[in-house]
Amino acid sequence: MSFVCWLDGYDPAQRARLGGKNASLGEMLAAGLPVPPGFAVTVDAYHTVRGHPEVRQAVVGLLGEVDLADPAALEELSAAIRRRIEQVPLDDGVAAAVASAYTELCERCQLDAVPVAVRSSATSEDLPDASFAGEHDTYLWVRGADEVLAHLTRCWSSLFTARAIAYRRERGYDHDVVAMSVGIQKMVRPTASGVAFTLNPRDGDRSQVAVEAAWGFGEGIVSGEVTPDSFLVDKVLGEIVQRIISDKAVEYRLGDGDRVERVEVDEARRTVPSLTDDQVKAVARLARRAERHYRCPQDVEWALDADLPGDQAVTLLQARPETVWSRKAARPVAAAGDPMASIVATLLSPLHTRGSSDTPGP
Amino acid sequence: MADRFPSPFEIQTPAGAEGWQELYTYSLPFSTDRREYEDSMFWFQDGVHWPEVLSPWDATFFEFALASLSQYNTRHYLIPPALGVDFRVLNGYAYLSPVGVADPAEIEARVPQFLERAGFYFQNWASLYEQWMGKIRSLIGEMEALSFEPLPDAEDLAVVTEGRGMGSGFELQRQYHRLVDLALQLWQYHFEFLNLGYAAYLDFFGFCKQAFPSIPDLAIAKMVAGVEVDLFQPDEELKKLARLAVASRVDGAFDQPSAAAVMEGLRASEDGRAWLSQWEASAQPWFNFSAGSGFYHTDEVWLEHLEIPFGFVRDYIAKLREGVDISRPIEAIRAERDRIVAEYGELLATDEDRAAFEQKLGLARVVFPYVENHNFYVEHWSHSVLWRKMRQLGGVLAKEGFFGGETDIFLLKRDEVPEALWDYYSAWAVGVKPRGPAYWGRELERRRGILTALRSWSPPPALGRPPEVVTEPFTIMLWGITGESVKQWLGAGDAGGDGILRGFAASPGVAEGPARVIFSADQIGEIQAGEILVAPLTAPSWAPIFGKIGATVTDVGGMMAHAAIVCREYGLPAVTGTAFGTKTIKTGQRIRVDGNQGTVTILES
Repeated sequence: MSFVCWLDGYDPAQRARLGGKNASLGEMLAAGLPVPPGFAVTVDAYHTVRGHPEVRQAVVGLLGEVDLADPAALEELSAAIRRRIEQVPLDDGVAAAVASAYTELCERCQLDAVPVAVRSSATSEDLPDASFAGEHDTYLWVRGADEVLAHLTRCWSSLFTARAIAYRRERGYDHDVVAMSVGIQKMVRPTASGVAFTLNPRDGDRSQVAVEAAWGFGEGIVSGEVTPDSFLVDKVLGEIVQRIISDKAVEYRLGDGDRVERVEVDEARRTVPSLTDDQVKAVARLARRAERHYRCPQDVEWALDADLPGDQAVTLLQARPETVWSRKAARPVAAAGDPMASIVATLLSPLHTRGSSDTPGP
Repeated sequence: MADRFPSPFEIQTPAGAEGWQELYTYSLPFSTDRREYEDSMFWFQDGVHWPEVLSPWDATFFEFALASLSQYNTRHYLIPPALGVDFRVLNGYAYLSPVGVADPAEIEARVPQFLERAGFYFQNWASLYEQWMGKIRSLIGEMEALSFEPLPDAEDLAVVTEGRGMGSGFELQRQYHRLVDLALQLWQYHFEFLNLGYAAYLDFFGFCKQAFPSIPDLAIAKMVAGVEVDLFQPDEELKKLARLAVASRVDGAFDQPSAAAVMEGLRASEDGRAWLSQWEASAQPWFNFSAGSGFYHTDEVWLEHLEIPFGFVRDYIAKLREGVDISRPIEAIRAERDRIVAEYGELLATDEDRAAFEQKLGLARVVFPYVENHNFYVEHWSHSVLWRKMRQLGGVLAKEGFFGGETDIFLLKRDEVPEALWDYYSAWAVGVKPRGPAYWGRELERRRGILTALRSWSPPPALGRPPEVVTEPFTIMLWGITGESVKQWLGAGDAGGDGILRGFAASPGVAEGPARVIFSADQIGEIQAGEILVAPLTAPSWAPIFGKIGATVTDVGGMMAHAAIVCREYGLPAVTGTAFGTKTIKTGQRIRVDGNQGTVTILES
């Protein structure tokens, strides 16, 4: 039994012990996708707590008494169970393994008290619909081994949020149908970040990668507050075929106390491209690798990590399938057939021969 | 912004150029006889092939080329929507207007004939192309056999004793007529395949644009382009000679600045003479290579201007001495082309598309060697021979006092040359003095004045009312003219003022550097390493300088401009067809060339 598993040593056979989120991070690393380094605290660690008599008793006892139709009562129940989980003493073996892995992560990143994300990664092999994506807790900017351990137990206890309890009850699932692995992953302090699509969102062209980028954290882009710089990269030639640099008036960056704050961008930097051409190409290559790995168009979140050397700074935060164009049924453009008929058609119909003709002008 | 260009009938004759119309075939100038038709058409100046004023004889190839192009569309293959490309000269400059088939029923009626005729060529392309190679070589052989000699004081005795019954004067005139016939035949051959080749290429092009709406044009060009192309061979021969010079240690001869001194140095040693015999072997045919488009008698040909190829050899020798590998990485180029094809193929949505992609690419590659190679055989090799022969004839007339020098013959229309030869011959026959020296002496003086006045005039890029969209396939392919470029020309007077020129993204990459604006091959020597070449257009024979410059900007041409092909080959960013590059950019200005987006930005003035 091991309590800790490094993400870059991921073994698919271990999937059930790491949960979906960690497993997917492990897969990405194995595929050469540069996600931030980290390790998983396996479900074995969770079971040391879940199996603790006090916790067991709390779950069985309390659940029996509560009227789940009463929201206030449900909240109270959830809080009680979560308190119990967070308060039982942590297994020595778990504490030692996690603290030592955290120390190693600090060494790998060459940073003291490296800030990490502590992320729930629920296992639910048998119940694909019972993992409650986003329902479980994630803690950002956690620093130091003690804090990591404290947030680890909070992640575990998030299996018993009011909604999770209600959901399982509704479906008639046992409360042990889901277990919790936790991912401990380096936080990225981005100089710039953004999104990338492995197709041209304007016309669905699969030969292009669209990259959007702005200074600092991606919040501004996601909320629409910042008009990002926009690039189009040809996948095959690897060249930037379109470049629109925007006026980026605000950025989100890390302030004192690891708080993300909104600041005005200095006049001098506002209309400067937030990525160099080489960085744009690196983001596009990363998105393309993700697409090849998942075998379908991807919608990718990425960041340039200020802690990493320039040529390795592009980091993948998240990749998910692109949905808008991918849902459309693939329709063939033209059939192989009589080449002469096709040539006649070409001569007869107006040609759209200029690639840039439909790109927005200045 | 104006919605139309000036009518040809609104254009004034520049002062001092009055009577310029008489310098050309009567059907070439715009005239009130056809005003209604001519005013209804859209005309553009063909700066790709004829950027400068045409001297009277040089208009010959312009007329032959356009009539031959048109003839194949209209009469041979019956291209359903396209007749020929009409052509005019205005104030000495070449203007063109593609003529479409207006009636849909007629287009429909042309389809079956096109299918049968063009279909035959596509099906038998390889054997017809092989046959073409034979035809063109034998045609060039006939051109080479032409010879123009001064008429003798007395005919050879053999003319009498063999009972030939005709003399040198007759032969001289016949040789000239033969030259004109061979030139027209050459242009017939030129267009035997070209339009069909472009049609197949366009079909693949259109497919790629539909499958990948944002695919760069140059990606398509790269998939089709050949790896070993005759147009690159002259450059390859120079590299071979540079290597030989270094290996046989005669490279020191190239330290001399003048071509004559280099020759002298080489002749002085056994190894030097061996090098020269290798030079001779390469020179025929490969150095029949024009430093211009090949359409002007003033274009310098390597074979006759040794300082050009010797200068390139000198540059290559310098690189070899530095240990630089100057060879073309053929295998890498081939592998890259295969990679690009495979990756776009993979990105297609369906297997059906992949089958169509392969079929169309296959046909495009069958036809493309002609598209890529014909230029060397026609504009370079054949024209070099024809210009040489014409100068020889000019020399004969100059010797007789008709002209001040051999190139004065190009101030005559092609149909005036027989008159001059008649004058020369008949006076020789009678045994008196011809009128020519006095007549042409006066007339050529007048013509020189007219041409000088025309050269100081700046031709508008187009005339008449432009179409809403340019759809004529050959206009786009051959001249790089699109609805966008027309709009840009119309807007040029409005002075956009953003310091950005737009053109075709002809070769990928981005480069910054000081500009070097040059207008002709004579100025090639001015170019310094790392500069960005800005020129009206570049000739394929400038290839060796592409190893030295940072990027290229041209006024005219599209994706398939011969220079665009060479730039892609050399991996240099290029923006072609900017229309105003040489007018806007000054030597020394720092500019940024974005070959991915087709923009040129002036960074500092």
